[in-house]
Amino acid sequence: MQAEEKFTNETWPASPEKQTLEAKNKFLGFWFFLGGETVLFASLFATYLALKDKVPNSEMSLAKDLFEMPLVFAMTMILLTSSLTSVYAMYHMKNFNFGKMQLWIAITVLLGLVFLGLEIYEFNHYVHEFGHTFTSSAFGSAFYTLVGFHGAHVAFGLMWFIALMIRNGKRGLNLYNAPKYYVASLYWHFIDVVWVFIFTVVYLMGMVG
Amino acid sequence: MTNEQLNSGNPKVDIEYRRKKNAEEMRYQIITFALMIFLTLVAFVAVGYEGFSASFAVPFILVLAFVQVAFQLYYFMHMSHKGHEAPALFLYSGVFVGFITVLAFMTVIWW
Amino acid sequence: MSTLAQKKGFGATIWDYLTTVDHKKIAILYLIAGGFFFLVGGLEAMFIRVQLAVPNNDFVSAGLYNEILTMHGTTMIFLAAMPLVFAFMNAIMPLQIGARDVAFPFLNSLGFWLFFFGGVFLNLSWFLGGAPDAGWTSYASLSLASEGHGIDFYVLGLQISGAGTLIGGINFLVTIINMRAPGMTYMRMPMFTWATFVTSALILFAFPPLTIGLFLMLFDRMFGANFFDPTMGGNTIIWEHFFWIFGHPEVYILILPAFGIFSEIFAIFSRKRLFGYSSMVFATVLIGFLGFMVWAHHMFTTGMGPIANAIFAVATMAIAVPTGIKIFNWLFTMWGGSIQFTTPMMYAVAFIPSFTMGGVTGVMLASAAQDYQYHDSYFVVAHFHYVIVGGVVFALLAGTHLYWPKMFGTMLNEKMGKWTFWLFLIGFHLTFFIQHFLGLWGMPRRIFTFNEGQGLDAANAVSTVGAFFMAVSTIILLINIIMTSIKNEKVGSDPWGDGRTLEWAIPSPPPFYNFKQLPLVRGLDALWIEKMEGKKGMTPAEPLGDIHMPNNSIIPFVMSSGLFVAAFGAMYHADEGNTWGIPVLIIGLLITLGSMLVRSVKDDHGYHIHKEELVDDDDKGVKA
Repeated sequence: MQAEEKFTNETWPASPEKQTLEAKNKFLGFWFFLGGETVLFASLFATYLALKDKVPNSEMSLAKDLFEMPLVFAMTMILLTSSLTSVYAMYHMKNFNFGKMQLWIAITVLLGLVFLGLEIYEFNHYVHEFGHTFTSSAFGSAFYTLVGFHGAHVAFGLMWFIALMIRNGKRGLNLYNAPKYYVASLYWHFIDVVWVFIFTVVYLMGMVG
Repeated sequence: MTNEQLNSGNPKVDIEYRRKKNAEEMRYQIITFALMIFLTLVAFVAVGYEGFSASFAVPFILVLAFVQVAFQLYYFMHMSHKGHEAPALFLYSGVFVGFITVLAFMTVIWW
Repeated sequence: MSTLAQKKGFGATIWDYLTTVDHKKIAILYLIAGGFFFLVGGLEAMFIRVQLAVPNNDFVSAGLYNEILTMHGTTMIFLAAMPLVFAFMNAIMPLQIGARDVAFPFLNSLGFWLFFFGGVFLNLSWFLGGAPDAGWTSYASLSLASEGHGIDFYVLGLQISGAGTLIGGINFLVTIINMRAPGMTYMRMPMFTWATFVTSALILFAFPPLTIGLFLMLFDRMFGANFFDPTMGGNTIIWEHFFWIFGHPEVYILILPAFGIFSEIFAIFSRKRLFGYSSMVFATVLIGFLGFMVWAHHMFTTGMGPIANAIFAVATMAIAVPTGIKIFNWLFTMWGGSIQFTTPMMYAVAFIPSFTMGGVTGVMLASAAQDYQYHDSYFVVAHFHYVIVGGVVFALLAGTHLYWPKMFGTMLNEKMGKWTFWLFLIGFHLTFFIQHFLGLWGMPRRIFTFNEGQGLDAANAVSTVGAFFMAVSTIILLINIIMTSIKNEKVGSDPWGDGRTLEWAIPSPPPFYNFKQLPLVRGLDALWIEKMEGKKGMTPAEPLGDIHMPNNSIIPFVMSSGLFVAAFGAMYHADEGNTWGIPVLIIGLLITLGSMLVRSVKDDHGYHIHKEELVDDDDKGVKA
């Protein structure tokens, strides 16, 4: 069967992510899923914008009290870089270089882990320093839901990458798993797209006031 | 299944050509990445700089975000390549629905 | 295949359906589950009408009435109409485009089981301390105040089944784009396939707002968040917006497939090409597009202000234009055709005036200033029953009669079908026509009883009588189904004699691989073209070859059951002194994530049916 065929540099196709019908379906279906995810995150952004700084009393912290530029900047740089590293992984996939592809995905995963760690630190900081929690105000609920949904997507993406790396570690690239890697990397880029809006709308606009 | 590749009939030449194409594309990706980092820096600076008022900074950083996302979509996610017509249609439909949702939540939620 | 021709034991059949990834079997599952919930919702409707039959009735208490009313609406929309629509989409659409299966057979099965477990979870509320009681719209201020776990059942049940619907929508979209037979261009697709396509796109964009709305409600009720609590800075209107951003497209998600089914029926039984095919496609897409810009017409009285109200009023009225295009096209399809009044055709003919009446009251309600008078009265109840029953339910009943032979290989009895039709039509108008006037006379919706001498007695009694007509009609349909199944007289590939599209070119029921050789499509109404040229069937587009088929899998069932378990944990963890809630939540999610991992790690390449076996089938005649 075509999907299990062994390949060489010479026979490896130029677009390994959509050679089989199954792969084409996966590619299209995943893009449609991302279209739905766009609406999902837009709904969360809408909720956040409607409830931004809506707190029960004047002692509670608002967006401009909470956010600090250095941490957000670091998180942004890390996630943006992880987007580039997953591009590198796809580059090596197209060149049929399995080892390098795995390596770059591993780097992506590491960066994702650092990002998640910083996010946990950040949430912890808000909870303990500012009393800004999920239940303390509508603002808190909306903030943690939006950013937390993104964080959950990051965590899911990491699990996905790790599962792919381990599963395919010994057998190398073929037309069955290449689309899987490709779709996972699309997902990772989409997470980055969402983060671009989060750092702009939530953090930077929050700091502006 | 057809291989969407120019075939010279000689696998060696073919591979060389494809490697070169891929490397060239990767160079564009790195330029894209540099631009994205630059845009991010500009956004952070615009907010950090005291001289800009909020009424300037907010639309400005929003524009930067949209530009950066376009880079991400068209280069990193290859939407500039052929065969992305249906994905583009559905992504933009999602953006449209999302946009009116956000618009409504900023205009007719509180009164 | 020889294994398929063998009679299977009961257990093996059950296992087959639990693990099936065949779109035709999944369609049957949707039909059975949706049909069951339709009966449950119908029973609830009967309780409502019995309670309202006479003034000051005490058949049910006020609280129980709220539960029945809520569950009637929720069940009918989410657990009856949606899955029944999905049943026909699954059964027919892949056949209409000449595909051997859907794009994602595994996800198709997952979608069904998610819907099923969500529906079961929601209905378990009856036995576990009370059903939801805040109406099917479950407005936040009311539902946050609701005691017990009723609303929690609503939120979690719909969350699970909603995920299934979204998956189904993506699956259909990819199927239609990638799996069409050679020659099947977009503008040669049958109307029902077009309706499925647009509907699936609506699902893709309408369900995420519902998901978010339900999450916010879930967090507010079970995890102490404050989205809808004004004392903590929240805003209860947010729920209403999310609900209707989803809810309005949802009614088009239901009605567009109904339009699709009727378009097929009008063409078949008028023995004419559908009039204005391209304008029908255009109208379908336009309705889908406009459907996203009108949601706030459900909220005219919340106080959005005159500008917002005016915009949404005008956008709403605009939808009458594409709908009108469709109505006229159907009329012109019949014009000059050689019409056969079969049961499906009778539903189709009755649908036009019934649905148009619902459309007219819709335009009345769309006028924002007028809406202040109609709001929350029985006028609204009459309106949406005219469009949902007069449109969607008529289509589902028509579709049941039309496609029964294709799905099961045997025809429903026409005489009983006509009895069902007439009783249902009369009962429907008897029940709901008078409700327009009840509303105008001042009867509010969702009220559990009313006093004597307000001029509402006679009208309510009439309405209840009508409901019994519909109940009898449904019973006749059930008897019809049972008797037909027992007799089981097999029919050929084109039992109506005038089939126009590809599904009528293959045996009834189709073999599990649908098409032995993919057909070559030469135009709209592909089979009709071949018939007109005196050919017996479709010209194959490929030589006989091996057919690739997906493997069955139990994983979708397990994956969905994980969420079912998790939902119990999420619901009960907030109870005082509860210790097992969070562990159960985690175990449930681990079951789901674990089965996702298994699915991802285990290679599943499917299998091949060999050419030789296919040739074999031809000699024996295909058995299912």
